[in-house]
Amino acid sequence: MRTLDSLTLPADWVGIRLMQERSSQRSLRNGLPETNRRSRLEGAMVEVMVNGQMGYAATNHLTVEGLRSAAQRAFDHAQAAVRWRIHDFRASHIRPTVMGIYQSPVEQPLDAIAPREINDVLARICHGLKVSDKIVQTVATASLHEVDTWLVSSSGSQIHQRFSFVATHFGATAQDGAIVQTRSHNGPRSQCYQGGWERLQGSDDLWASVHRVGEQALELLTAEDCPELTTTLVLAPDQMMLQIHESIGHPLELDRILGDERNYAGGSFVQPEDFGSLRYGSELLNVTFDPTVEAEFASYAFDDTGVVADREYLIRNGRLERGLGSHESQARLGVPGVACARATSWDRPPLDRMANLNIEPGDTPFAVLIGSIEDGVYMEANQSWSIDDQRYKFQFGCEYAKRIRRGKFAETLRNPNYRATTPQFWHSLVQVGDRDTWQAFGTPYCGKGEPNQIIRVGHGSPVCAFANIEVFGGAA
Amino acid sequence: MTWETTFNQLMDALLPQLHEDEGMQLSLTGEASQFTRFNRAKVRQTGSVTKGSMVLSLMRRDRTISETLTFTGDKGLDWPRLLKSLHALRAELDHLPSDPYLVLPSGTATSREVYSGALLSPEAVAPTLMPLLEGLDAAGLYAGGRCVRAYADSIGQRHWFETETFTLDYSLFTAAGQAVKGTYAGRHWDDTAYASTLDASKTLLGRMAQARKSLARGQYRTYLAPAAVAELVGMLSWGGIGESSIRRGGSALGPLHRGDRTLSSKFSLLEDFSQGQVPRFNPQGELAELTLPLIDAGHLRNTLVSTRTAKEYDLASNWADPSEALRSPVMSPGDLPTADVLTALDTGLYVSNLHYLNWSDRPNGRITGMTRYACFWVENGAIVAPIENLRFDESLYTFWGDALLDLTQETMFVPEVGSYEYRHLGGSQVPGLLVDRFAYTL
Repeated sequence: MRTLDSLTLPADWVGIRLMQERSSQRSLRNGLPETNRRSRLEGAMVEVMVNGQMGYAATNHLTVEGLRSAAQRAFDHAQAAVRWRIHDFRASHIRPTVMGIYQSPVEQPLDAIAPREINDVLARICHGLKVSDKIVQTVATASLHEVDTWLVSSSGSQIHQRFSFVATHFGATAQDGAIVQTRSHNGPRSQCYQGGWERLQGSDDLWASVHRVGEQALELLTAEDCPELTTTLVLAPDQMMLQIHESIGHPLELDRILGDERNYAGGSFVQPEDFGSLRYGSELLNVTFDPTVEAEFASYAFDDTGVVADREYLIRNGRLERGLGSHESQARLGVPGVACARATSWDRPPLDRMANLNIEPGDTPFAVLIGSIEDGVYMEANQSWSIDDQRYKFQFGCEYAKRIRRGKFAETLRNPNYRATTPQFWHSLVQVGDRDTWQAFGTPYCGKGEPNQIIRVGHGSPVCAFANIEVFGGAA
Repeated sequence: MTWETTFNQLMDALLPQLHEDEGMQLSLTGEASQFTRFNRAKVRQTGSVTKGSMVLSLMRRDRTISETLTFTGDKGLDWPRLLKSLHALRAELDHLPSDPYLVLPSGTATSREVYSGALLSPEAVAPTLMPLLEGLDAAGLYAGGRCVRAYADSIGQRHWFETETFTLDYSLFTAAGQAVKGTYAGRHWDDTAYASTLDASKTLLGRMAQARKSLARGQYRTYLAPAAVAELVGMLSWGGIGESSIRRGGSALGPLHRGDRTLSSKFSLLEDFSQGQVPRFNPQGELAELTLPLIDAGHLRNTLVSTRTAKEYDLASNWADPSEALRSPVMSPGDLPTADVLTALDTGLYVSNLHYLNWSDRPNGRITGMTRYACFWVENGAIVAPIENLRFDESLYTFWGDALLDLTQETMFVPEVGSYEYRHLGGSQVPGLLVDRFAYTL
C-alpha cells in the first residue's frame, strides 16, 4: 500500500497483484527417485489504466523502487496504446473496490510433512502397482503448492488469498511385446485438490486403488480392442472432467466469443445472441460455475481483478444462461458472466478462465443407469484429447472401458475412443447419475492466452450416458 | 550491472560455500519482454514482463535435490535467497532416497553466444503495428525482447546464451470467419518486411472469401504445407524420438525401432544447432554436437539420449535435453518445387496448418488433430474453394511411410511462438509434404 500511495501517475486506476509461491514436486519411477524439486518464487503485476486502456508491467524486483518503476512502465504501455484501445474500461465496476480474505481448507499442512514421509508413500505406491513382471513402469508423483496473493488498488481494494494445492498421480504401464497399455489413478494428474496432505494419505481406498490400477493395466494387455460402432456411451466422472472442460468450458469463454483468443486456441461456435436462448444440450444438462465448492481445485473468494466469486448456473435444464466472462468481457459483449478473470501467476494479466465448472447431479443411481442399457460402452479416465478451434468437432480417448450388455458390465475393452460434435453430443445426454456418482477432479494444465498461460481448473460430474455416439478403437 | 555479471558473481560467491563432497549446478532462465495482444485490429492487452529464475541443484554422493528461485539481476537481492536455498537443500539431501541414475557434472565445456537485435521500442509497438492493420479483422500477438539461458557448475563449466528476438504471430479473418495465419519473426525489425508479410496474408485472405466446401469423411490426397509439417514433427518430442520413451514402451517410434514398421526413404530428420536459434547446452551444461542425424532415409539412426537415460540403460549419451525433446529439428527437403505443389497435388486437399494434435494410439504412431486456417480443395491443379475444417486421424507410418510421395525442394523455418512460463526459442526447419492419402474422420 505504501508503494501505491506514493505513486503520482495521472492514471484512472492502479492495481498491484503480488504473489508468493512455494512448491515441491516429488516423483518416483519404479520406486526410484526421478524428481526432488522445490521452488520459491515471487513477483508482482502492476496494472495501470490510462484513459480507459490498461497497461501492465510485471516485475520480481519487489522493492519500492522496483514497483514504482514497473508502474511507470505500465503507464507508458497504456498511454502508447490508448489510440487503438479495444474498449474504454473506465466504468467503475471493471475493477471493483473489495476487501477480504480467503484460505484453502487444510487439515494436515504441507510444511508439516517430512520429505522422507512423502517419498516413502510414493515408493510404496510404486511397489503396489507392480502386480506382475509385465508391469514395465510404475510412477508416483506428489506436487504441493502454497500460494499467497495480495491485491491492492488505488480505489481501496485489499485482498489476501492463501491457497494450498495438492496434486497427486500414479500409474502403471504394462507391456507384452508390441502391446503397451497404461492405466492410472483417474487419468493423468487429475487428482488435484485444495487442502493438505490428507488429500492423499487420508484416502481410505488409496491402497485398493493402487492395486486396482496395477491389475487393470495388466488386464488391458489381453482385452479386446474397442469395436467401431454407434452406441450408448457412458462416461465416468474422470472422463466427464475433460468433456466438460473442452466442450462446455472453453466454448463459453466470452473472450473467445469476442475474438481475443482466435489467433491461439481459437474462437467458439457459440454466438453472443445464443445466451438466454440456445438449447446447449438435453433438459438433463445443468452446469454451474462454482468456485465455492470446498476443496475443489479452483475454489477462491475473489478473482484476480477483485470480483467476488459466486456460484452461477451457466446452463440450466439444457438452456444456455450465461458465459465465462470477466467484468471486462461482460462490458464489451453485453452478456452476463462470472468472476473468472484469472492469471496463471504474477507475470501474466488476467483472462477469462474456467474455475470449478461442474455438472450438477441427477437422480439416477449408478446400478439403475447401467441396468437400463441394452448395449453400450462405459469409459474411464482420459488418455487423448483433441478438439477444433471452434470447440465443435472433438475426439477423445480413454484408458479403460467395459462393454455393457443387457444391463451389465461385460468384457473389458482397450484403446477406447469416441468422437462427435459438441451440440450433437450434449443433446444426446439421456441419463445423469445421482449425487452418489458425483466426483470432482482437476488439472493444473489448462492452456490459453497470448502470452501463454496455464491455470488450475476443477470439474465435478456425475456419471452420464449419451445415446448414439461413435466409438472406436486403436491400431493404425 | 548486467544479468551476466550478476549470474557470474553469484556463482563465484556460491562455490566457496560448497562442501568438499558436494556437486552443484546453477542454471538461469530470464527475459525482458514486451507483449502486445490485439483483436479486431485494436489493442486488447499491452505490457512488459521482466523476470528471471535460477535452478540450484545440489548433489552429494548418490542424492540430489534442486530448487527454483527468483533471479532479479540485483546481487543484493539474489544472493541471500541463493545462500538460504543452499542451506535448505543441504539439510534435506540426506533424507532423500538414493538415486542410482544421478548424473554429476562432468566435462570442461564453456560457451558464450550473444545475439543482439534491433527491436521495436515498447512505445513504438502499437504505432508501428496497428496502422497497417486498419480495416482488417486481425488478431494476434507481438512478443519481443531479450531472452537469456545460462549455466554454471561446481567443476567450472559455464555457458551463457542471450538473444534479442521478436515474433509477430497473427491471424486475418474474413467476415465469414475464414482465416489465414501469418508470422513475422527475427532479430531485426524491418517495416518493409512487415508490410510485405502482411500483404502476402491479405492476398491469401482474398482466396478465402469463397463459400466453404464441405467434404465427406474419407481418405484424400493431401499437401501439408511446412507449418502443418512442423506440427507433426513436434509430436516426436512427446513420446517419439526420446530413448527413454522407447525403452519404456511409450514411444510412437517403437514399431520402427523394433523393425515392425518402416518409414519412407524420402524422410530424414536431424537436430541441427548451426543456426544459433537455441542454446547448444542443455540444463546440465552438456554441449550437443552441432548436428545429429535422427532418422536417415527412413531408418532410425539415433534417438535423443540424455545422460541420465544413458546411465540407466548403459548407453552413450548424445547430450540431449533431460526431456529428450527435439530442440532444433531440421527435416530434409525433397524434389518437388514449391511452385509445382498444386500441379503435383492435382486433386485433393491443400492443408496450410494443423491444430490441437494428440496421439490417438501412440504405440502405433496414430495422431489425431484438426485442419486450420487456409485449407483448400484443389481440382486438376487449381484451387476450387476453402474447406470446412476436418478432423484427421492418421498414422505417422502412413504419412511419413508408404503414402509419402514427395517433399518440397525448399524448406521453411517455422518459428516457435509459444510463451508458457518464458518465451520459447527456436523453431523447426521443414519442407512441405505431399501424400497420396490422409484419413479424415469427422
